[in-house]
Amino acid sequence: MNKIWLIIKREYITRVRNKSFLLSTFLLPIVMILFIFGSVFIAVSTKSKAKIAVANDPGYFKNSIKSDSSSLSFDFTTGVDSLNYAGKGFDAVLYIPSGTSNNYAIYSQKQLGLETEARIRDKLNKAIENNLLQQKGIHKETLDSISKQTKDAVELNNRVLDENGKVKEANAGLAYGIAFGSGILIYITMIVFGAMVMRGVMEEKTNRIAEVIISSVKPFQLMIGKIVGIAGVGLTQFLLWIILIFTLTSLAGAFIPHELLEQANQVNNQVPGGMQNNTAALKFLEIKGILGTANWGLIIGCFLFYFLGGYLFYSSLFAAVGSVVEDAQESQQLMFPIMMPIIFAFIMLSSGLNNINSPMMFWGSMIPFTSPIIMMGRIPFGVPWWQLGLSMALLIAGFLFTTWMAGKIYRTGILLYGKKASWKEMLKWAFKKS
Amino acid sequence: MLGVVSVPAPMNYKTINQNSAHTIKTEHLFMSHILEVKNLKKYYATQKAVDDVSFGLERGSIFGLLGPNGAGKTTLIRMITGIFFPDEGEIIFNGKKFDPINDVVHIGYMPEERGLYKKMKIGEQAMYLAQLKGLSQKDAMAQVKDWFLRFEMQSWWNKKVEDLSKGMGQKLQFVTTVLHEPKLIILDEPFSGLDPVNSNLIKDEIYKLAQKGCSIIFSTHRMEQVEEICDHIILMNKGKKILDGSVKEVKQQFKENLYSIGLEKMEHINGSAAFEAIGKNDHSLIVKINPGHTANEVLQHFIQQNNNITSFNEMLPSLNDIFIKLVEGTPLTRQFEKITD
Repeated sequence: MNKIWLIIKREYITRVRNKSFLLSTFLLPIVMILFIFGSVFIAVSTKSKAKIAVANDPGYFKNSIKSDSSSLSFDFTTGVDSLNYAGKGFDAVLYIPSGTSNNYAIYSQKQLGLETEARIRDKLNKAIENNLLQQKGIHKETLDSISKQTKDAVELNNRVLDENGKVKEANAGLAYGIAFGSGILIYITMIVFGAMVMRGVMEEKTNRIAEVIISSVKPFQLMIGKIVGIAGVGLTQFLLWIILIFTLTSLAGAFIPHELLEQANQVNNQVPGGMQNNTAALKFLEIKGILGTANWGLIIGCFLFYFLGGYLFYSSLFAAVGSVVEDAQESQQLMFPIMMPIIFAFIMLSSGLNNINSPMMFWGSMIPFTSPIIMMGRIPFGVPWWQLGLSMALLIAGFLFTTWMAGKIYRTGILLYGKKASWKEMLKWAFKKS
Repeated sequence: MLGVVSVPAPMNYKTINQNSAHTIKTEHLFMSHILEVKNLKKYYATQKAVDDVSFGLERGSIFGLLGPNGAGKTTLIRMITGIFFPDEGEIIFNGKKFDPINDVVHIGYMPEERGLYKKMKIGEQAMYLAQLKGLSQKDAMAQVKDWFLRFEMQSWWNKKVEDLSKGMGQKLQFVTTVLHEPKLIILDEPFSGLDPVNSNLIKDEIYKLAQKGCSIIFSTHRMEQVEEICDHIILMNKGKKILDGSVKEVKQQFKENLYSIGLEKMEHINGSAAFEAIGKNDHSLIVKINPGHTANEVLQHFIQQNNNITSFNEMLPSLNDIFIKLVEGTPLTRQFEKITD
């Protein structure tokens, strides 16, 4: 035990003292903060207004298309066409087809963007609808009063009930953000720290120190010591990041002008579906107020558990690969089967977040190959206790199994030189009776 | 330092041995062997790496483990250091069945392929390896400082291994192998890459360790070093022990009754039934004494011829000759076979 502790200490200290650790630990939050505020700034400042000329208006569009104060304005001046619109100060020109054709065309020098196009289409549809209604004898005043009444007539609140039938406060956006964020973080850290374990093992093998060390300690102790030491490095890094991000965000929050925040808020409200575009704005808002709706104790606790569980599950496999190769190139091929389930889990998470209670997400959160990422995606939306318990138990069983298996591969591989093993051979070593 | 080095090593060693012989024998009267290997076997899928090998290693002795590449030396050493488990057979260490977990602290092993953490500071590295061998931090510090002083390495403490020359790395490797004061030291080619000065420095330390009662297994291909240093040797080939004995015994066993005779007159030498002349140079004749005859008969023959004898020496085979004779004909394929477990 004392020897494992020595190994853990060495692995931890040599890495934490390394310049690249300090650099990545202190630069990454700064880069992240810059990224967050940069994208808020871009989201706010690039919302330019598009001026659109409408050509060939059959008559009713002029009255029913309304300019949108913040982003779109329509102009019905005659004599504008696709050749001269830019000269007359328009961003685009819209051609309305004659008769019943639905072939609307819009000409512009720059791409208008999906969002603007969608908004123009909505407005045109609405104008046609209004025109048809009027043709059927509904007066414009009636129509206006109906649309005034129906606007915001419904406020939809998703109230999630807990086991006791009590309403839990939930914020889907926040849950989505946490789910995606923690999924991504586990995904990245499993790969980064797994690869760190692999490189460490490879270094010991190619430096030929492995034989010296395992004449003092058991190979398994050396492998576990390395894995645990690097896990410590990972946890230290998380802790420092949390502290740094928290400090920097509060500092930055104090310096950001109030109206910028308001604008960010607006951006977010206007495009409820545009999560990815506005994670930055959303993140800031989380900090500004709605953080309380998430069960942070559970999320952080589970995050640490699934980070450690997933890391332990995979890092021993990475160690096994490191023990049979002598250079980085050789490792690529053997790493592929390990990387695949990790990448697959991440793809599953990004597509499954829209349908969080699907069977795919359930099974993904149970099977240890994918559970660290998928379960972290499910937790912010609420997971029954029995499922959480089962998933954790399976993950523990899973990493005990992979560690045991990897230990046997490692024991043989670490002293084997001049020959690259295949997964087939490695599995043979793993299941051979000692 | 130079003063120490200039003392011829073998002489130094013999003096030491004579002085220490008494104490060693009385102290360990009932268990003179630090290590006993009994019928050890380790079979791999493709070959018998170690096949029924037995030998004993006396305390304070320097033991040569010889054999061509692929003979099974490394596998044997790995079993003795607890890295591999034997398939069959027994290892008795210090009078008890070898316990790989607790006994490894009494063993120091320097593999042929040297290994150190390149990016780690030398002082910390030595401390780490010493503590892995069970020394407390305090003891480790004292030992490391002592050895660094002895090898004039104090100024290296904060250097990294990657900044050292090959020879310096070798010295550090030797220090890390012995600084936990093991009872058994296994050195695989300890002098490779060392200049004569550092070679002598390490040779000297090996003698000193043996004098303190530490037993040393010395694995090498350099036969002249074996002749110079080792008390006892075994020779392995194809996984089997094919030779076992003291250097003197082995040479006696393989002598071919060759003598070199210095003669005043080298012309017109008559033959005799007692010997066969097999070579000559300006001043001496090399003869092989025929079975049933003695050296005295040969001498008498030349005395009767009235040829003055200036010298007469028995020509014992060198270990190198014996080695080559014994292992010649080993198929090369075995030497290149991959060892997989």
